[in-house]
Amino acid sequence: MANGAPTMSSNEGVAATLAKSLGAAVLDTVEAYDEISFTVDRKKLPDVMEKLRTKHEYQQLVEIAGVDYPDRPERFEVCYHLLSLTKNHRIRVKVTTDEDTPVPTVTHIWEVAGWLEREVFDLYGVLFDGNTDLRRILTDYGFQGHPFRKDFPLTGYVEMRYSEEAKRVVYEPVKLAQDFRSFDFMSPWEGADYILPGDEKSDEKSEDGDDKGAKE
Amino acid sequence: MADYLDEMDGIADEADPTVGDLEIQNYTINFGPQHPAAHGVLRLVMELDGEVVERVDPHVGLLHRGTEKLIEHKTYLQALPYFDRLDYCSPLAMEYSYVLAIEKLLDIEVPLRGQYLRVLFAELTRICNHMLNIGAHVMDVGAMTPNIWVFEIREQCLAFFERASGARMHSAWFRPGGVHQDVPLKLLTDMADWLDEFPSFFEDAMSLVIDNRIFKQRNVDIATVSKDDAVRWGFSGPMIRGSGIAWDLRKSQPYDVYDRMEFDVPVGTRGDCYDRFMVRVEEVRQSARIMRQCLNEMPDGPVASSDRKVVPPKRGEMKQSMEALIHHFKLYTEGFHVPAGEVYVATESPKGEFGVYLVSDGSNKPYRCKIRPTAFSHLQAMDFMTKGHMLPDATAILGAMDVVFGECDR
Repeated sequence: MANGAPTMSSNEGVAATLAKSLGAAVLDTVEAYDEISFTVDRKKLPDVMEKLRTKHEYQQLVEIAGVDYPDRPERFEVCYHLLSLTKNHRIRVKVTTDEDTPVPTVTHIWEVAGWLEREVFDLYGVLFDGNTDLRRILTDYGFQGHPFRKDFPLTGYVEMRYSEEAKRVVYEPVKLAQDFRSFDFMSPWEGADYILPGDEKSDEKSEDGDDKGAKE
Repeated sequence: MADYLDEMDGIADEADPTVGDLEIQNYTINFGPQHPAAHGVLRLVMELDGEVVERVDPHVGLLHRGTEKLIEHKTYLQALPYFDRLDYCSPLAMEYSYVLAIEKLLDIEVPLRGQYLRVLFAELTRICNHMLNIGAHVMDVGAMTPNIWVFEIREQCLAFFERASGARMHSAWFRPGGVHQDVPLKLLTDMADWLDEFPSFFEDAMSLVIDNRIFKQRNVDIATVSKDDAVRWGFSGPMIRGSGIAWDLRKSQPYDVYDRMEFDVPVGTRGDCYDRFMVRVEEVRQSARIMRQCLNEMPDGPVASSDRKVVPPKRGEMKQSMEALIHHFKLYTEGFHVPAGEVYVATESPKGEFGVYLVSDGSNKPYRCKIRPTAFSHLQAMDFMTKGHMLPDATAILGAMDVVFGECDR
C-alpha cells in the first residue's frame, strides 16, 4: 500500500473466520480499502457484539456512527467500530434501521455505548431499545428535530438571539438576509442532474430507439 | 418558643419538614458552564453529599457547531480548516486523521519529505498541547508558577507554526497528498536549537510539581481506573496508558514514517490522576526525541504529491503553464473527486485516538464525515471516576482528562 494511512494486522482470512463464526446473523461482508465491514441482522446485534468481544477479542467499542441514506427503505445505517487491542485489528459492524424501528442497545456490553447511542439518537433520531438514558446530548435543551438527517436544512429552522425587550434569549424562525448559497461544483459532464439546453433532443432520440443518441 | 426549642433538639415539624431535619439531604450543584476549571463550556450537574460527590451528570454540547453537517456541504479541501477548530489546542493532529482518510480513499503516496514534515509537526503539536494541559492541570490543583513557565514553551511552539503556515493556531497546513508548502531551512535549524534548549526549561518547571507534596496529595490515588475499566469505557491515549496499558497508535498502527521512529511508550502503574499527568510529561520528552530524529533523517525533495488531480500546482508554475492554471482552477472550484467507499482512520492525537469515518459517494464532497472525538468517552467516565471523591478533586480529574470542547462537541 502506497498511502501513509495507519497499518494494522493483516486482514487475511479474518473476514471469512468471523463470518463463519457469526453464522446467519451476518447479512453482508464487505472488504474494501483494507477494512472489513459486516452488515448484521438488527435483532441479533447484541449476540454478535458479545461474541466479537469475548470470543474474538474485539475489546473496545471505539465509535458508533450514524449515516443517513434517504433513498433506502431502511434509511439509517448505524456503524459500530470495534478495535482489538490484543490482535491490533479493527472491524466495522453495521445495522440498518428506519425512523421507527429501534436498534437493540449494546450498553450492557460496553458502558461507553451510552453516550455514543445518545449521540446517534440526537442527531439522527435512531431509537435504541434498552438504553435507559436516551436523552439528547449535543443539541440545545428543548431542540426539536434531528439535525444530521439529509432532509434537515443546513441552516436549521430556528435561530436564537438575546432580546433586550424580553430580557431573555428568544427563538425565532431563521431569516436569511440572502438566499442560502449552495454552489453546484460538479462539472456539467458528470454532475448535472438539471436540464441543459438541447437535452430534450437527446431524450427524444433515445426514446425512438436511436442507438446513436443513447450512446452519447 | 416551643417550636424553637423543638428545632434546637432536632425534632422535625410535620407540616414543615425542612425545619430541623434530622437527615441531611444530598444537594445538587451546577459546575459550569462558565467555570475556569471546566476547560471550556462544560456543565456538570453534581449531586453532593456534603463535600463528597455522589453522582455527576456531564452536560456537553454547549459548543456544538454541527461541524460534521457543515463538512457534508463543503468540498474535501474546504472542509479541512474545520478540523483545526475541533481541538484548537492541537490543530495539526486533527487535520492528520482527515488527510490520511482522504489519502486512503484516493490511494495516493506522499513524498518522504512531506511525511517527515507531518510527523515533525504532529509531534510539535503534541508538545504544544501537553504544555497547555500540564499547565492547566497544575493550576487546577493550585500551583501557579509552572503554568506560566510552560506557557512560554507553548508560545515558542506557536511561533514555529506561524513560521511554517502563517497562522499561530489554525494552520490548515496538512493537505491531502502532503503539506501545503515547504518550510525554510532556517526554521528547521531554529527548531533543532530549540529542541536543545526547551527540555531544561521544561524540567525546571516540572521539578516544581512532580515531587511536590501538595501536588501529590491532590493527584495520587484520585480517580483510579483499572485496566479493565479503561478498555470498557473506550479510553485511549494518555488515559489508557495511565492505566497501565501500553497502547499507542503510533507504535501499534504506524502511519507515515512513525515506523522509522524510535520512541518509548510510557505507562502508569496505578491509573490515577498523577499517573496520567506523568505519562504526559514523559510524552513531551519522547516527542522531542521523535522531532530530533525527524530533523536528522529528513530528506530533501518535494513536500506534496505530484498528482495534479489532487494537489494544486505552485503559484509560480501556474503563471507559466496553461495546464497548471487549469488544474489550479479546477481544484479550487470543483475540487477533486474521491472514489466511493468508506474508511475509518484513527491517529494518536495528543489526547487519544482521534478518528475520522469518511463515507464518500464518489463526488467532490464527503457524504458523511463522522469525527470520533477523544473527549467523548473520557468525559462519559467522569461519573464513575468522580464518585466518592471530594468536590475539589473533580477539577483535578477533569484536568488529568484533558478535554477540549471544540472537539468533544464538534
